[in-house]
Amino acid sequence: MWLIKLSWKNIWRNRSRSMITIAAIFFAVILSVLASSLQEGVFDNLVKNVVSFYTGYVQVHQKGYWDEQVLDNSFPATASLQHQIIRNKNVSALTPRLESFALASSGDITKGALVVGIDPDRENDITSIRQKIVDGRYLVDTDRMVLIAQGFAGKLKLKVNDTVVLIGQGYHGAMAAGKYPVKGIIKFGSPELNDRTLFMPISAAADLYGAGGMATSYVLSLHDLTRLQGTASAISSSLGPGYEVMTWEEIMPEVMQHIRTDTNSMKYIQGILYLLICFGIFGTLLMVMVERKYEMGMLLAIGMKKRRLAGLLMLESMFTVCTGCILGIVVSIPLVYYLHKFPLRMGGETAKAYEKFGFEAVFPTSANPSNFITQGLIVLAVGLVLSLYPIYKIIRLDPVTAMKR
Amino acid sequence: MAALEKIPDKKETVIDAHNISKVYNADTVPVHAVNNVHLHLLKGEFTALVGPSGSGKTTLLNLIGGLDKPDSGQIYINGVDITRLSSGRLIDFRLQNIGFVFQSFNLIPVLTARENVEFIMLLQGKGSSVRDRRVKQLFGQIQMENKLDSRPAQLSGGQQQRVAVARALASKPKFVLADEPTANLDSQSASNLLDIMLKLNREEGMTFLFSTHDQRVIDRARRVIRLVDGRIVSDTAAVSTAHTQ
Repeated sequence: MWLIKLSWKNIWRNRSRSMITIAAIFFAVILSVLASSLQEGVFDNLVKNVVSFYTGYVQVHQKGYWDEQVLDNSFPATASLQHQIIRNKNVSALTPRLESFALASSGDITKGALVVGIDPDRENDITSIRQKIVDGRYLVDTDRMVLIAQGFAGKLKLKVNDTVVLIGQGYHGAMAAGKYPVKGIIKFGSPELNDRTLFMPISAAADLYGAGGMATSYVLSLHDLTRLQGTASAISSSLGPGYEVMTWEEIMPEVMQHIRTDTNSMKYIQGILYLLICFGIFGTLLMVMVERKYEMGMLLAIGMKKRRLAGLLMLESMFTVCTGCILGIVVSIPLVYYLHKFPLRMGGETAKAYEKFGFEAVFPTSANPSNFITQGLIVLAVGLVLSLYPIYKIIRLDPVTAMKR
Repeated sequence: MAALEKIPDKKETVIDAHNISKVYNADTVPVHAVNNVHLHLLKGEFTALVGPSGSGKTTLLNLIGGLDKPDSGQIYINGVDITRLSSGRLIDFRLQNIGFVFQSFNLIPVLTARENVEFIMLLQGKGSSVRDRRVKQLFGQIQMENKLDSRPAQLSGGQQQRVAVARALASKPKFVLADEPTANLDSQSASNLLDIMLKLNREEGMTFLFSTHDQRVIDRARRVIRLVDGRIVSDTAAVSTAHTQ
């Protein structure tokens, strides 16, 4: 106990130097926590945006569908199958889709279309598609009408209440043809979706393709996104080998790659911050060892054991690191929560670019407690490693040499 | 060596050094800091180690204090050959048996006078009641009862050195080694410190061995050992002025 008291008193022996070291750690922790929270928050937001556009967090298909996306690889959308999936407690919502391709015509214009049969209410629960309507109204189950993406409507020169003709190949080679009034126009941020997609109730799509009771995918949303892989694995195990269960990371590997690349860049920035902390702590330790060399020699001379002296110095560096670290975390918690609640908003061209893709132009922070804990532990580890230096010096310290002026 | 034989052997031997030598290789030229020295100190002696700068006083004190190892010879402290002890055991031996007073006081600046004196007892693992009693006793002896809670920076040089002496005695060592304890003190403070050291020598029977240049200190030592070029050239029982009063 007295060793702890003495080490605490020793920290304040040179008040300004200790304050500078603590301040360096304090600011580095704040910056580091902010950077990682911001990065995680931005990525979470990006994933939320991208996933909520279309893919959902997890999709279930008939085995082989992802490699060959044709109607013949669809599966019977039975209530028991849905129940089996929903049984997983992390699944918050599920919606079936029947997707295929067709030629869409209006007047003398014909274009390839991605036709997506949806359950209007359940689809909205996952992708909030209703909010994307820019003209007309949203679908109901019994409709024999379509929602058409804005870019695609422009290409086909279609407006609300106009009719689009669809022709294609149905289930098991059947002929698929039909004409459908446009009930609404929706806008997607992604040009890929905006320029070729058309939605209709799943029952209408089943009639069109002759695939009654079939679905090409179940799209799922989850309660706890951190258990994405675990949930997908659990569903996959429960459904057996006839189905493929894919996470959004597998469905959109390019987004995952972008996140990984950006995370690596952030690691360099954090590395610089940690280096800053290292210099701050190490500079102090160097000065302490030089300034107090005589005193340490004296302490050894009067009978203080080397391990106690090393422990004293280790406690001093731990106190310094912990003080800076705790203060940094205490201050960064409200800061991160504030920026989580009131995210940084972008303006100008960047905001326009974001909005063009249907993203809200905001930089929210993630309030994930692991960010605070991780940063705190890293800084603590840095302090612990650096405090090996005085221990090394103490082990080699000779009281006679140390007490030579 | 003749002087050694004159010391009455009825008392307990505290320090018994035989043929100790220490050679430093200063730029490859060997320097005999201590050269074949014999030293025998009995309990309760108050001995000054004198000699010009570079005569080997500090080196001899370091060897006797177990801070340094001789190149040859044996040093027995209370019958234990400290030259055979490992560095770890030497630290423990110093803690239990030797009190140190340094030229520049060397109190721990962040601790109060009381805490500085208690510190050595904490290292020994003594309980708080024992520490309290000893602190009160020692501060009474050094006449600084009213400075218990002062930090070293709030004390004069003389007061700091008195606290350093109290710290050296706190562990109840077999003897106290003091390296030029009055070198940084004015004459009045030096005289006061000597008074206190002599008083502790009388009251506690504490053995003191101290190096000094100061003639006023030498005059008050009961025994004076003179070193020149690492050898003892004389060892005379000097009559302390204070003691004769």
